[in-house]
Amino acid sequence: MSVRLINEAAQFAPKYDLVVVGAGPAGLSAAIEASASGASVLVVDENAAPGGQIYRAITRNAPERQPFLGVDYWKGREIAESFLQSPADYAPATTVWSLNPATTEDASAGPVLGVTLSGVARTVEARAVILATGAMERPMPVPGWTLPGVMSAGAAQIALKTVSAIPKGRIVLAGCGPLLYLLAAQLIEAGADIEALLDTADKGQRLAALRHLPDFLRSPYWLKGLALLLKVLFRTKVVTGVTALSIDGDRKAESVTFEAGHRRQKIPADCVLLHQGVIPGINLASAAGCVIEWNDRQRAFQPRTDPFGRTTAPGILVAGDGAEIAGAQHAAAAGRISAAATLEDIGILSNEAAASRLIAVVRARRNYLRGRAFLDTLYLPAQQFRAPTQPETIVCRCEEVRAGRLREAIALGALGPNQLKTFLRCGMGPCQGRMCASTVTEIMATEHGLSPAEIGTYRLRAPVKPLRLAELAALPQTQDAIFAVTGREATDYSPEEKGTTP
Amino acid sequence: MLLRIRDAVDKVTFTFDGAAVQAARGDTLAAALLAAGIDTFRISIVGREPRAPYCLMGVCFECLVTIDDIQNRQSCLVEVQEGMVVTSQNGARTIGRDDGL
Ligand code: FES
Repeated sequence: MSVRLINEAAQFAPKYDLVVVGAGPAGLSAAIEASASGASVLVVDENAAPGGQIYRAITRNAPERQPFLGVDYWKGREIAESFLQSPADYAPATTVWSLNPATTEDASAGPVLGVTLSGVARTVEARAVILATGAMERPMPVPGWTLPGVMSAGAAQIALKTVSAIPKGRIVLAGCGPLLYLLAAQLIEAGADIEALLDTADKGQRLAALRHLPDFLRSPYWLKGLALLLKVLFRTKVVTGVTALSIDGDRKAESVTFEAGHRRQKIPADCVLLHQGVIPGINLASAAGCVIEWNDRQRAFQPRTDPFGRTTAPGILVAGDGAEIAGAQHAAAAGRISAAATLEDIGILSNEAAASRLIAVVRARRNYLRGRAFLDTLYLPAQQFRAPTQPETIVCRCEEVRAGRLREAIALGALGPNQLKTFLRCGMGPCQGRMCASTVTEIMATEHGLSPAEIGTYRLRAPVKPLRLAELAALPQTQDAIFAVTGREATDYSPEEKGTTP
Repeated sequence: MLLRIRDAVDKVTFTFDGAAVQAARGDTLAAALLAAGIDTFRISIVGREPRAPYCLMGVCFECLVTIDDIQNRQSCLVEVQEGMVVTSQNGARTIGRDDGL
């Protein structure tokens, strides 16, 4: 058995039992589980090969050629290979730009997805959809972060995984969280020279994290974490308690300025890699109308889900880091759990069959959740990196809206992030607010002295990824839709005909 | 701005703003351009500042380029192909008669 590869839009079946969006650990595990139970499954993914970001390019790399990627990375091999041997349909390099939930009136109609493959758009219907779209890095808006030469830490890791490349020149890492240290270790292994790792973690969080320490010490993470930390500390200059960070340069990054221990310092840098942890990517779930809620410990919005990943929208589930940040192994377990739960919902698995599949994997997931509270609390991004204070800092990179302008509009009485959008155009560029949503909410929360839960976040609408009007226009239409627009039966309508525009 | 530490085995050639660029088959276009020493992909729309990829994972839209006459493509999500014609973008995309919008 092996997956059926979908290379062009015409190859999609009109309807699937389950459509999985995303081919990282959660999505692949959900697809393996569901197709083994006899469901017809489609996996759509933006990338050209399975693995998601964490196991990016896993089927193309080898431990002999890329030993620097580390043991945890190679765990993705097994998942990717068993997925490729499953009977699922697999559409790589495919974008999902809309998702409409099942309608409650018509029980047989499931969620509908708008997808694009090689420039051709289609709609695909499903009885259920599992969103396994994973996480994105929390934006770290500092002065100069739009200069060429500045990338996210995750981007450097992707370059390492996809083209075996390391940044050129003097490398500076800045920010906080375990991934920053993991990247540092991988870059060192790959032979890069790191000028400095500037740790912006708020030392005040150590005390707060202490009460979660016993749980962390029983988790699978602590030994690994310690080894990583020591390796980086031995081989790189690490500066802790970094604040007031900015990047300077004329048309590209040239130096980083910061404060540490009440001393202002400036170090030359050709490549600056920023990181403030990861947050769920919520655009698709949000545009589908799923209720989004605030997770205070992780300081991020996430779709509201039940323990099996069901969102508030009928037929739509979220599994993995897109639901709550908990890492790759947790995501794989969550994918299997959501698959079993949804197959029971649509009647492919009996109650007993679903329950028996769930027992072991629910226990495994609990184990992977252990230790998260400690990490979340210890690495809570410092306030000044969540809500930048320097007025010139660009918050919305697409429309170039700065922190100072946002504060002015808030002082004028803008009611919420959506009104800021109308006032200033923040969140209206091609990234559709992905890069500024969290900062806009944080700034507004700070200014009003409220919790982000009370401020909310941008309301999002399809298409969640840009698509050409020509693609939209060429979508196959139903008879009803043609009648609604042209006022004529589909039989007397020809798409070649020139319309009169009202 | 990126340095390959493993040689590209199966090579493909494409052009960026008219100059030939070599890459490995399977590379994303964004990574291939960065590895070829190209550090500016486009000029921003509002402030007219140089920009380059930030996330390499489809989130930030800083990597937009024109590929084979189609504007605003995310180069971090596209694999390089032999003979691809890639150009940098200057400001906002333009709307012309034959663009298919
Ligand atoms: S580099 Fe961020 S979308 Fe391509």
